[in-house]
Amino acid sequence: MSSTDRFIPDRLRSPFEQRLKSWETLLLAVAIAIFVANSFASPYFLNAWNLSDATFNFTEKAMIAFAMALLIISGEIDLSVASIIALASTAMGAAVQVGIGTPGLVLIGLGVGLICGAFNGVLVTRLGLPSIVVTIGTMSLFRGISSIVLGDQAYRGYPDSFSWFGQGYVWWVISFEFVLFAIIALIYAVLLHKTNFGRAVYAIGNNATGAMFSGIRVQRVKFILFLLTGLMSGVAAICLTARLGSTRPSIATGWELEIVTMVVLGGVSILGGSGTIVGVVIAAFVMGLVTFGLGLLNVPGIVMSIVIGALLIGVIALPRLWTMWRGR
Amino acid sequence: MKRRTFTKLTAGLSLAASLFGTTAMAQDNMRIALVVKALGIGFFEAAAEGAEEAAKELGGVEIIYTGPTDTTAEGQIEVINSLIAQGVDAIAVSANDTDALVPTLKKAMQRGITVISWDSGVAEEGRQMHLNPSSNALIGNMIIKLAADHLPDGGDVAVLSATTTSTNQNIWIEEMTKVMGNYPGINVVGTVYGDDLADKSYREATGLMQSYPDLDAIIAPTSVGIVAAAQAVVDAGKVGQVNVTGLGLPSEMAGAIENGASQSFAIWNPIDLGYSAAMIAHALASGAATAEPGAEISIGRVGTITLDESTSAAMADPFVYDASNIEQFKSIF
Repeated sequence: MSSTDRFIPDRLRSPFEQRLKSWETLLLAVAIAIFVANSFASPYFLNAWNLSDATFNFTEKAMIAFAMALLIISGEIDLSVASIIALASTAMGAAVQVGIGTPGLVLIGLGVGLICGAFNGVLVTRLGLPSIVVTIGTMSLFRGISSIVLGDQAYRGYPDSFSWFGQGYVWWVISFEFVLFAIIALIYAVLLHKTNFGRAVYAIGNNATGAMFSGIRVQRVKFILFLLTGLMSGVAAICLTARLGSTRPSIATGWELEIVTMVVLGGVSILGGSGTIVGVVIAAFVMGLVTFGLGLLNVPGIVMSIVIGALLIGVIALPRLWTMWRGR
Repeated sequence: MKRRTFTKLTAGLSLAASLFGTTAMAQDNMRIALVVKALGIGFFEAAAEGAEEAAKELGGVEIIYTGPTDTTAEGQIEVINSLIAQGVDAIAVSANDTDALVPTLKKAMQRGITVISWDSGVAEEGRQMHLNPSSNALIGNMIIKLAADHLPDGGDVAVLSATTTSTNQNIWIEEMTKVMGNYPGINVVGTVYGDDLADKSYREATGLMQSYPDLDAIIAPTSVGIVAAAQAVVDAGKVGQVNVTGLGLPSEMAGAIENGASQSFAIWNPIDLGYSAAMIAHALASGAATAEPGAEISIGRVGTITLDESTSAAMADPFVYDASNIEQFKSIF
């Protein structure tokens, strides 16, 4: 857990103490502080419907962030996720024009996501190219295809049953997207923390060569992680397209960096090897609450980006400063 | 254990604050949100200035000028969601996407918020009315009027358009042709197409001056063409003989106005647009007017608009820019 500790402890910390000092606790405290601050700053914040609306600011991004977290823990990255959304959305839009129904659209969305993920995966694992270079390339490639197909036009006319994925409510204020977000979080938490596959991901991130000699099929695990990231981008594409009700090539522009921010804020080491799904979940809420809270105060978007940036640096620097101060 | 205490704490806090919240929600001012495509664009800053002017004139109105950082529909949806949460009285939006905003704006209307679009519209089901800066008929009339105003004894004019398939330009030229009877003595000698490319427009404009040595004016209803034509007139040494006019942007046309290649040109006035949007939003939100086909809504100093079958309306004639006001507007857009 605490891979940053360099000293040799004379005694092990108790589980309780360890949990108390963990990244997740710090982040949770930040989230609660933001929640309380927002409640006092705006009279409109604590309203079930408003909070429900606010979840749409992060649910789609968080779905991808879970898969991205695993990928980053394994020491790779995928910057093409937002472009996969654009391409998957374009494919679904084209399918609507020829009269394909909701089940078909979902399959196409997921399928395009998987194909894009596989494409990234093959380039990284088969040809041994660095993932950051490959996915910067495919980032332009996927969105480029979408731009060529659509130009300045838009696909619209999605069936009403399809809109439910982005606009439907399961119960009262609990939206379908939020439920899906929770289920996906649970699946990834189990996958990462309770399975052999999850242990392999950590092992690869800490020492890929060591993992290979321990009998882990490193390239296959990485390929699966790229597939999962592509698949999640497909899921996010379905939700976002259903929420917007139309597709333009500019859909989800700039999301890749917001997703990486979410993952890093969640305590996942950008160098790989450590991080938890709980952290990413809390980070998703933190980012959602900050943007929504500032939005209620009509703070311009530029200032919001500054706040998110400061928050990221602050939360990452704080534990480091704490260790330095303690080490004196 | 720690976590459970936190949960209890926040639950208690949220209950207390929500009770507090409902009482604090009462507002005296009518709050009108002016949502633009993106912040930091001169055109929209000017529109916000106009909206503030309207607020001052009306009294008891607070303008919330807001928008995303970049021109995306997703960003605008986040902004609109937070406005719905604040329970503003009206939202006037210049949309980044005709369709993508519809579900969110529908939700706003369901919660009793007046929704109008201006400048760049949203689909009919997502708003109560749409305010166009002008109409095709008004633009068609304006471009020929601009040329005719400086030709009291009549003369020959030519049109430099965008492409042969540019819908907007074709409609405007058609509308212009319809009203030619009102401008006796003005002959349109030809129409050429610069494809909205600077170099091709320049060559076509030069060609016009060679084919018609007595040409008095070039009408370019495209912001690319008008700048290229003005440059062509300067390079041909015909400043004072050939007047370039049409639709252009003040920032790009300031030079042509200064050196005399263009006497005047037209485009919408963003200040008036923001002013009118705020006026209409106020009229609808206060119940002074209803958004239905045929309804007439007064927009203060700009005049009166009439809604058509699609509940959209044209604000006014395009605004004329010349040496007297170019300085003020060239830094805006």
